[in-house]
Amino acid sequence: MASLNLVEAINLALREEMERDGDVLLLGEDVGREGGVFRVTEGLQQTFGEERVMDTPLAESGIVGVAFGLSLLGLRPVAEIQFMGFLPPTLDQIICHVGRIRNRSRGVYSAPLVIRVPYGGGIHAPEHHSESTEAILVHIPGIKVVVPSTPADACGLLKSAIRDPDPVLFLEPKRIYRAIKEEVAQAMEPIPLGRARRVRAGAHLTMVAWGAMVREAQKAADILAEEGVEAEIIDPRTLSPLDTEAILASVRRTGRCLVVHEAARTAGLGAEISALVMEEALLHLKAPVARVTGFDTVMPLPKGEHLYMPEPSRIVRAARKMMRF
Amino acid sequence: MNFDDYDPLQGKRLQVLDPEGCADPELLPDFDDDTLRLIFRWMLAARLLDGTCLTLQREGRMGTYPPVEGQEGCQVGSALALGTGDWVVPSFRELAVALVRGVQMEKTLLFWMGHEEGSRLPRELRYLPIAIPVGSHTLHAAGLAMGLRYRGEKGAVLCYFGDGATSEGDFHEALTFAGVYKAPAIFFCQNNAWAISVPRKIQCAASSLAAKGVGYGIPSIQIDGNDPFAAYVATTAALERARAGEGPSFIEAITYRLGPHTTSDDPGRYRSSDEVERMRPLEPLVRYRLFLKERNLWSETWEEQISSEIRDWIAEGVRKAESLPAPGPHDIFDHMYAELPPHLARQKADLLDGLKEE
Repeated sequence: MASLNLVEAINLALREEMERDGDVLLLGEDVGREGGVFRVTEGLQQTFGEERVMDTPLAESGIVGVAFGLSLLGLRPVAEIQFMGFLPPTLDQIICHVGRIRNRSRGVYSAPLVIRVPYGGGIHAPEHHSESTEAILVHIPGIKVVVPSTPADACGLLKSAIRDPDPVLFLEPKRIYRAIKEEVAQAMEPIPLGRARRVRAGAHLTMVAWGAMVREAQKAADILAEEGVEAEIIDPRTLSPLDTEAILASVRRTGRCLVVHEAARTAGLGAEISALVMEEALLHLKAPVARVTGFDTVMPLPKGEHLYMPEPSRIVRAARKMMRF
Repeated sequence: MNFDDYDPLQGKRLQVLDPEGCADPELLPDFDDDTLRLIFRWMLAARLLDGTCLTLQREGRMGTYPPVEGQEGCQVGSALALGTGDWVVPSFRELAVALVRGVQMEKTLLFWMGHEEGSRLPRELRYLPIAIPVGSHTLHAAGLAMGLRYRGEKGAVLCYFGDGATSEGDFHEALTFAGVYKAPAIFFCQNNAWAISVPRKIQCAASSLAAKGVGYGIPSIQIDGNDPFAAYVATTAALERARAGEGPSFIEAITYRLGPHTTSDDPGRYRSSDEVERMRPLEPLVRYRLFLKERNLWSETWEEQISSEIRDWIAEGVRKAESLPAPGPHDIFDHMYAELPPHLARQKADLLDGLKEE
């Protein structure tokens, strides 16, 4: 057991998967010599060579399109897109091919690739370096979308993503890349995709949060606990397919559902979860479903990003309002 | 044939068979008579099947269809150069390539009839399903080729696309990747002069599209795209380079789309019928007939006879395609993932329940 942060845990997962399976290849901008701009792939090119850890030309659509081509042969490419703000050029490949080839070919071909994308705000980065556009991805058929919130989850979920027979978008909350340390076992078992984790148990209110927002929800829950409100926190970990049963079971118990995401509000995943609760747990509700989210604005630059990001105080205010309803 | 002898920047272009049916003996591949006739037979088969598709579309038995008429020469010539271990990454107008590579005719028919089974092509064919978003598949060819190289497999990848695709960003990224990683890929551009209504000169200010390949450090050549021998010779040379680990090649085949972009468009709005009539004598079957005739390998009777055989074959293909039932309601869910996720299982159950109630 070693105490690892998220970056180190992802690196460990990559290393162990590459040792396990010679078909696992890494490609992306600066992932080789540089070890990635966040050092997630540090040391991997030295260990596995330039053939398996490829520094690519600066071309995002190319990285994903080429990874797709590699995956058609049964290889397991893990592509890195440096920041979610640079993901848009790849959407053509993801929407038109990556998510479709299995269905298009009636299962003759599949695309067992992983696209790793550091995402989210709160790191005082320039424009285009703080986006959280997971809802766009969740809307795309044929892919899976995974977001870890702890080092151990990152390691275990990435292993599953790499072994998954279908394409997985693996979104890494870069705000907490080095903020949390946790014991991560060597050769840990993969954590199955599509299953939520109960981060904290509570009787009065269910908070659904993922990525860096789990930590904010925890801070809010600590404050609420002092006021006698016990908040339960559910981290879906996989956004597509969503573990709806875990969310519903919790909401049926607490009667209140508060979704926290840093992505924009309209048509965000909070809206989907809200609809789900209406459809499946309406009569258990003691208050309307609430959302604490980013705004339908452009992600502000660092001087303004604290106004945009859901902070514990906003989450607490929303929770109090629900309790008063 | 050496790519270096045909520098596209100097306006050079490879031609083996001229429009009068005369072949350059230096460049003519050493084909026996059967093969020479087979080339004609494939081109004719594509031409006749193309006509059948237009009829089926007019009769409402097929959806929108992109005709191949005029481009059979470069398609048959290039496809015949491939070996069994090689892959084809097509765009959507490669009817003749599909036939030569053994894609069952009914698959192509089914695709344009709107049946999902049209894209279920067995892996052993090494022929990817049709890719409609223009140029996007060139990256798949680069990736596939890089994968073959990584796996130590001998095969190469032949990727087809049109002149319009060379304006797409993905095309440029594909050439960038293939060049950098020395991928055994052949980028085969069928410059058929028109991208729907947009003529070649609006596509790019470069003097040739082959010049774009040069810019990426990739040996590039312009060929007469109505000459199946030129396509064969250039593709063979490109395959040799690929197999020797020398990386990708780019072939710009200058051809002409005699028909509309698809059955949904009216070429009368953007090009003159005079232009089309000027191009007709240059199309591949015209010159190939003359070539065969000169060698006593062609007669009207022979063409009538093989046409009749081909028509029977087409009729059988159409019968097979039309006799396949429409997919069942479960079908739209069952191939989305290796394992049906819970939310899709619920949606599938909803659909099936709803249908039961009706």
